[in-house]
Amino acid sequence: MNVHLSHPTRDIALQGPKRVADIFKELQLIPEAFLVIRGQDLMTEDEIVADEDTIEVRPVISGG
Amino acid sequence: MRCRKCSNRAVLGLPRHNTAYCGPCLTEFVRTQVQKAIKVQRMFSPEDRILVAVSGGKDSLTLWEILLKLGYRVDALYVGLGIPGYSERSHEKVERFAHDVAEACGSQLIIQTVEEDAGAGTGVKELANLIKRPTCSACGTIKRYQFNRVAYQNNYDVMATGHNLDDEAARLLGNVLNWQEEYLQKQSPTLPASVEGFSKKVKPLYRMTEREIAAYAVVNRIDYLVEECPNAKGAKMLVYKDVLNRLEAESPGTKHRFYWGFLEKQKKSANTSNHSMTDIDQSTLLPCETCSQPTTAGICSFCRMMARAKTATR
Repeated sequence: MNVHLSHPTRDIALQGPKRVADIFKELQLIPEAFLVIRGQDLMTEDEIVADEDTIEVRPVISGG
Repeated sequence: MRCRKCSNRAVLGLPRHNTAYCGPCLTEFVRTQVQKAIKVQRMFSPEDRILVAVSGGKDSLTLWEILLKLGYRVDALYVGLGIPGYSERSHEKVERFAHDVAEACGSQLIIQTVEEDAGAGTGVKELANLIKRPTCSACGTIKRYQFNRVAYQNNYDVMATGHNLDDEAARLLGNVLNWQEEYLQKQSPTLPASVEGFSKKVKPLYRMTEREIAAYAVVNRIDYLVEECPNAKGAKMLVYKDVLNRLEAESPGTKHRFYWGFLEKQKKSANTSNHSMTDIDQSTLLPCETCSQPTTAGICSFCRMMARAKTATR
């Protein structure tokens, strides 16, 4: 799968299928600080991302 | 994961509430929380004119959208800070939202730029360098000043900002770690127009986390600027937010309990104190000798900053 990340902007490849929660663990990200978006849809932590999918892992934290 | 309310496919789990929502139920939940915040904290009424401070980010555009959807009389103010690239992109997001969503509701966008204030085509970073202050500090002074000035001069009843639960919990942590008691006293979702020259200030998103607001924005197709301000890199607030999110992961509801607990203590303290915030402001604030906005010093921090910048450019 293709994973798009921000801050800095980059794309990485991961082997799928994989649960969203496992992607967070693999990337060592705290779920509370991100959303996972496939197409225009949000994904919950129990959902499976297929190997052919592209997802965005979007940070939600701003400087305030 | 299924929506706890309607059993459709959920789009967001909310561990702090031990629940999950689909898109429409999340939208309803967020708008209800904002309504509750407005009511509980006595922020404003449907007759009031509200000015929302917008940056192009998720919080401020979401706040603008929610207040419009709830039928409030709301306009918006954007302050351009002259940050190369970033300011152009954030301005574009705000203009697009104004055009695509707000104008149809009769809502107006007001634009102010820091270059106009500095009078020399200067951005906030250059201004901060000139006066040897951290960029975020100079930026905060400019924004607070402009938001208050525009709201007051244009007779808005209240000024609203998109500060959320994460912002308030992180700010509280910073204030407690440094025992800044004078700041603790002023950390409230509603600040009264305590003296002539001050607008009432409110934070209607204080009950929502950043993640819930971002999810609302995605579900409702609010096109916001995802990129972070380049000047925020290394900011203390981001460190405090990261620490709180690590605690939240271990114990959902930590941020909520931390800030709610503080508000409860603040309320009890206000009930037993002989001096309200308005009393204190009225006894300590005087009009700035240059611009007339309230200040504890003879000249307010904004006018001092601008005077120093002008001296430095001579």
